[in-house]
Amino acid sequence: MSELIRVENVHKIYRMGEVEVPALRGVSVVIERGEFVAVMGASGSGKSTFMNILGCLDHPTSGKYFLEGEEVGSLSRNEWAHLRNKRIGFVFQGFNLLARTSAVENVELPMMYNGYAGKRRHERALDVLALVGLGNRVDHLPNQLSGGQQQRVAIARALVNRPSLILADEPTGNLDSATSGEIMALFERLNVEQGMTIILVTHEPDIAVHARRQIQFKDGLVVSDRLNEAVTGLAQPQGI
Amino acid sequence: MNWLMTLRIALRALGRNKLRSFLTMLGIIIGVGAVIAMVAIGEGAKATIRSQIASLGTNVLVVLPGTLTQGGVRGGTGGVNTLLDSDARAIRQEIAAVSFASPVLRRQEQVIAGNLNWGTLTQGVAPEFQQIRDWQIESGRFVHDGDIESAAKVAIIGQTVVTNLFGNDDPIDSVIRIRNIPFRVVGVLAGKGQSAQGTDQDDTVMIPYTTMQKRLMRITHVQSIVVKAVSAERVVEAQEQMTALLRQRHRIGPDREDDFMVRNLSDIAEAAQSTARVMAVLLGSVAGISLLVGGIGIMNIMLVSVTERTSEIGIRMAVGARGRDIMMQFLVEAAVMAATGGGIGILLGIGSSEVLKFWANWPTLVSPSIVAIAFLFSGAVGVFFGFYPAKKASTLDPIEALRYE
Repeated sequence: MSELIRVENVHKIYRMGEVEVPALRGVSVVIERGEFVAVMGASGSGKSTFMNILGCLDHPTSGKYFLEGEEVGSLSRNEWAHLRNKRIGFVFQGFNLLARTSAVENVELPMMYNGYAGKRRHERALDVLALVGLGNRVDHLPNQLSGGQQQRVAIARALVNRPSLILADEPTGNLDSATSGEIMALFERLNVEQGMTIILVTHEPDIAVHARRQIQFKDGLVVSDRLNEAVTGLAQPQGI
Repeated sequence: MNWLMTLRIALRALGRNKLRSFLTMLGIIIGVGAVIAMVAIGEGAKATIRSQIASLGTNVLVVLPGTLTQGGVRGGTGGVNTLLDSDARAIRQEIAAVSFASPVLRRQEQVIAGNLNWGTLTQGVAPEFQQIRDWQIESGRFVHDGDIESAAKVAIIGQTVVTNLFGNDDPIDSVIRIRNIPFRVVGVLAGKGQSAQGTDQDDTVMIPYTTMQKRLMRITHVQSIVVKAVSAERVVEAQEQMTALLRQRHRIGPDREDDFMVRNLSDIAEAAQSTARVMAVLLGSVAGISLLVGGIGIMNIMLVSVTERTSEIGIRMAVGARGRDIMMQFLVEAAVMAATGGGIGILLGIGSSEVLKFWANWPTLVSPSIVAIAFLFSGAVGVFFGFYPAKKASTLDPIEALRYE
């Protein structure tokens, strides 16, 4: 396994008028290629800020963020847009699909920003939709799909440019437990079969157990970082 | 993101809100339509006035006899008999700013041809009168220098006289009688239509001025002299020099009033044209303001649209759209709306000016340049008023935008 993400002593301070609110107070994390990581913590613990920095949506106030060996924390907005397009797939709690736009067109969206030709783009989108199990729903609009199906479309959209990692922010937060299980099974399959690196934010322990590594945030610091024994056979043996 | 794709996205976004897009476009449609129709009306009025002035003869000056004052009684215009045909020749020969000059005598006469008669304006003129008034000959010829020398009994008749005395027959070489004097018809004037004052210019018979003086009126002076300046710019110069020349020829001392007047038709033309110009500018600017209001409508809707689609912008940014891509998307949307509105507005403007021409008989004139200008301007309005909303969209923070409900 090679190193995908290296976060070194990252601080993030938000200014609210005169008051400075520290959201991250010195976080250092290394994530290898192919890992499945759950980022946990209560709201206000800094986990969302951490994800925004990993997703090239926000600058760290200090510290460094290396993605595939390249320092990216201080790049420009345009360079970040390019990185998000090529290397990062986002999955959100609210699905965030374009309304009144068919499933396949939603999946094509990231490819529109990197000059994929029309026909190749469409075929690639169909392939990825088939991969997430929606090969028969490609022309449905988001409001014609169930929550679980919408989230599958979002996952397909995240995968379509063959990113280095998927950042999923509470992907099951709007879903019932049965559907949540299906979505988590899909993530596990992508991780195992495709070797996709997945970083998942959640506050539900039931969801976090699907990940092989759990990072716990509290008050802007990492308070625990451990491998998950529950995922037997996949976890590295500990304490033997 | 290439242009075609941006355009397709813009069209789809507009198509999703058809009514709203149409209402937004309506401002531009009405604006562009109004600009084109109003300018067409203004241009039509200008062209009408121009052609009326042209039919008077451009750069034309008229010398009229002045006032005769005897013992404190001022006799009014035309009271003296001091204008002579030699004055006309002198003006023509000695003033460089003058290209043509002709004496004119006029009188209403009864003209008889065969068993028909017709009362018409008989004018005694010199050959140069034709150039001064830009009057075409339909058939035959105009007055010759030889006619002047011999006071020939020849006549050139206008269209209205032809109709009333000859019907459909060819009048050339026929004989008409004025005061029992036979005149041979040697030419027919081309139709010139009504003058600006509404008189029928074609209701006339022209004969050599010498014939008019000697045979019809038995006078030696002339009633007026019409003069053509070489150009509109030199009318004033010609007027001044003519005044000086005539004072000298009429031996008028420095302390005495002129016994003639020089009237300048270009003053009238200038006044009429500037009236038309002011009207055209007024109409055009009112219409331009409505186009501006249309542009503000676009800006308003684009701002609403940016707010409404904040989460869409967030999604696009998250999957890799740069600020530039977002900006182009909204700019193209605004420009497409403005240009489509402009296109429909052009059709509306041309259509309504045609309707005005047809039903209200207004002489509208749609110039291709104003159509092009209106179209480009409407596109520019779209880009200009779309710029601020587009800029606003492109600088949204993707984190905030994604969180927006």
